[in-house]
This record gives sequence, C-alpha cells and structure tokens, in this order.
Amino acid sequence: MSLTLLNVIVAVVIAIAFAAANAAYLVWAERRGAARIQRRPGPNINGPFGLLQPPLDGIKLMTKQLMIPGGADKILFMVAPVLAMAPAIMSFVTIPFSQGIAAHNMEIGVLMIFAFASMGAMATLFAGWGSRNKYAVMASVRAVSQNVSYEIPMLITAITVVMATGSMDLKTISLAQAGGFWHWNIFPSLHSPLMPISFIIFFICSLAETNRAPFDLGEAESELVAGFHTEYGSMGFGLFFMGEYANIVVGASLTTILFLGGWDCPFGIFPGVWWFLLKIYILIATFIWIRWTFPRTTIYGLLNLSWKILIPISLFNLLLTAGLLKVF
Amino acid sequence: MGGYFSEIFYGSKSLLIGMGITFREFFKPTVTVQYPYQTIKMSAKFRGHTELIADEEGKPKCGVCGLCERACPSSCITLGSISVDIEVDGKVKKKKVLSKYELDFTKCSLCGQCVENCSFGALEFSKEYNLASTRKEDFHFNLLKRLEERNA
Ligand code: SF4
Ligand code: SF4
Repeated sequence: MSLTLLNVIVAVVIAIAFAAANAAYLVWAERRGAARIQRRPGPNINGPFGLLQPPLDGIKLMTKQLMIPGGADKILFMVAPVLAMAPAIMSFVTIPFSQGIAAHNMEIGVLMIFAFASMGAMATLFAGWGSRNKYAVMASVRAVSQNVSYEIPMLITAITVVMATGSMDLKTISLAQAGGFWHWNIFPSLHSPLMPISFIIFFICSLAETNRAPFDLGEAESELVAGFHTEYGSMGFGLFFMGEYANIVVGASLTTILFLGGWDCPFGIFPGVWWFLLKIYILIATFIWIRWTFPRTTIYGLLNLSWKILIPISLFNLLLTAGLLKVF
Repeated sequence: MGGYFSEIFYGSKSLLIGMGITFREFFKPTVTVQYPYQTIKMSAKFRGHTELIADEEGKPKCGVCGLCERACPSSCITLGSISVDIEVDGKVKKKKVLSKYELDFTKCSLCGQCVENCSFGALEFSKEYNLASTRKEDFHFNLLKRLEERNA
C-alpha cells in the first residue's frame, strides 16, 4: 500500500516536472521559432540563445501581485487557472513514453485523457464567467462552442483507432503498432485507406482543442483584448500559459500513440523512448509552425470546418473501418 | 458535391503553400538590426534636430542675421550676439558674433524653414535620433555648446 502511494507521488512529481519544463521551454522554442519565421532572432539576450528567458519570465510572473477584480466570482476565478493546468498533468500519468516508462498504465487510458481534456474547456468557461468581464465572457462562449464541436470529430477518429486496435489501453495500442512504420495506424493499407486523413483530422482537432492559432478564438487579441484571461495577471496567467503548452504536449503524445506507433521505431533500430520524444517534438514543431503561418479564422469558419468537413469525413472513415474490419 | 471536395482540395493546397513559404523563411538569415548593439546609418534626408555648421577655424559660420529666428513658425530659436573688435587690413572693425543659439526641440516641427532661410549656410539637420529622456529640459539644446563639444 505505502509502496503504491510512494509510486503515485513519484509519478506525479515527475509528471509535474516534465510538464513544467516542457511548458517553460516550449515557450522559448515558440518564440525563437516565430522569430525565425519572421526573420528576426527572437529572445537572445539572457543566456546563450536566450535560454535563461523562461526562468526569468517565471520569476517576473511570480513576483507580481495576484489581483482579483471587484465583483468577480472569487472561487471560480481562483479555480480556473488550476483547472487549466491540473488536467494536463493528470493526463501525463497515463501516457506511456516507452515500454517501461509509464507512471500508471490504465485499461481506459484513451477515455481518461479525453475526460481530462474536456476539463480544460471548464477552465476556460470558469475563467471567462468568473472574471466579470464582457470580453472574457465572449471568449469563453466561443471557446466552449469550439471545444464542443471539435471534440466530436476528435472522438470519432479516436474511436476509429480504438475499434481497429480493439483496446482503450494506450500501451496496448502502441504495442499493436510495433515493428516498423507499415504497422502504424496511420498507414493506409492497414485498417482503412482513409487513415492518413483521419490522422490529419485528429491533428487539426488537437490544435483546436488546445486553443492554438489558427483556432485561438478564445484569446483573439484583435477583438477580445486577451480573451478569457483578460483579467488574469501574475501566476494565474502563468498557469493558463503553462497549461496551454502542457496540453500541447498531451495532444502530441496522444496523436503519436494513436497514429504514429508510440515509441516504435520506423525502421526497427534503436528502440526506446527517444523515438517517442522525437515524434512528439516533431508534432509540436508543426504546431508552432502552423501557428506562425496562418491567420486566425473566424468563429463561423471554425464551426463550419468542424461540422461540414471534419465530422462527415471522420464518420465516413469510422463506417469504412468498421466495414473493412468486418469483411477481412 | 464536386464543389465541396474541390473546395477542400484547393483549401488544403493553399494551406500547404503557406506552410512552404514560412518553412523557407525559417532558414533565411535574420534581417533585423539588433538595437542597441547595432545601429544603422541614417539616410541622407533624415532630419534630426538642427545643428550649427562650423567654418575652417571651428567657429560657427553663422552671421547672426536672425533670419532663422524670424522664419521659425514655432518660435523655438533664441539667438544672442556680442560685438567683438576684429582687425581687417590693419583697421579695427566691429563684428557681431554669435554668443547664444538655443533650440527648443520640444516645439520644433523639423519643418526646415531655418535651414532654408540661412543665407550663410550655417545650419544643417543632425543625424541624431537617440534623444529619449524623461525631462523636458533635456530638449533645450545649446547649439553653440554642442558645436564646441564637437570641435573638442
Ligand atoms: S526646423 Fe522649423 S520649427 Fe524647427 S527650428 Fe527650424 S524653423 Fe523652427
Ligand atoms: S539664419 Fe543662419 S546666419 Fe542667420 S542667425 Fe540663423 S543660423 Fe545664423
């Protein structure tokens, strides 16, 4: 019993450390990457290549006063940032990084991650509703309708994979794809010829679920000041910020496990956790690349994309995969 | 139905083209100037605050005619002069010499009237642009003193 408890504590500490380190340095990577795309060097003053920027930003945020606006709903206002960060960290607990590296493997890992991911939408809703600010309310209304409409195609594609693999256990799903890239779920001849498209749909949905540009309507600066975190300063804002990046890592990990074979090496050499890390960081780099390429969509464009394109196609692939599984 | 798929196709294609462009930009060298570590040379037409031009001896070319003071639409020039005795061909003559040239840069619109009206060609625009300050007094320039500092 005590050993299990110790295990859990160690796992949670490692998950928090991993999430926080990733969040801090992904901000740096994002700023450097954005700068390169815009032909400027980005943060380069503090430390070599600006590598001391994230801790210094952290110190700056932590030394600021945490203000609660008058008339705000105190409880919701305080709970929201925590709720933005905590689910992402909880999701790390069940993600298998490699055969032996998983804090706690669960039979229903996919379900658990999706359950926690939907709590992220709650954080946005609470933050917007609790801060008694028109912009924030508008932003959270948008964010929630966005989350609702993108969760559907995301879940449908996830169900397609779960159906093909026959398991909700992330580790089993990864192991089922072992043995080179032609065994990965994304490979068209394996389950269904539409699988690469499902992968793209899943990727688009994880962009939208993490409220990343071009789907960052919840914090559209041009019309809503800063969106749902308009009233947040100090570490409250810091938590939202870190939560966003932690969610990106979760999204990339989930995409890797469901479609890209988890820690499996594409050519069967040097198996190990680095393949998993390589894959998630390539996906994250694509997230950053996309953010700095495309302008923000409108809310109508966003909902149309989901309801008119992503949902029909993912549903079609679900039926096709089911049919093919039955026939072969 | 065909329109639906062609819209998806051309939409995705344009997105990929956009990503291709940013991918190429990523590897190009940066073009920004790392101010304050680097500065750029200001262009020939750049107008900073006005500056007195010195003659060969390092004295201002100004003949204290007062045209610039009168031409200035913002009244930001204050002149002062003293008479000094100078020897020309063995005779002692009196000559007006500039003793004060104050420019109130807080009011100057950089219109250039002073520079254009000066028949002695004694004024020019400087290339100074690092002029940030929190005190108004820092923008009351004593151009005569600046000239001496430049000579030194
Ligand atoms: S530039 Fe124009 S405003 Fe400025 S000192 Fe000369 S005449 Fe006056
Ligand atoms: S117009 Fe030229 S010469 Fe006349 S006072 Fe002004 S600077 Fe001196």
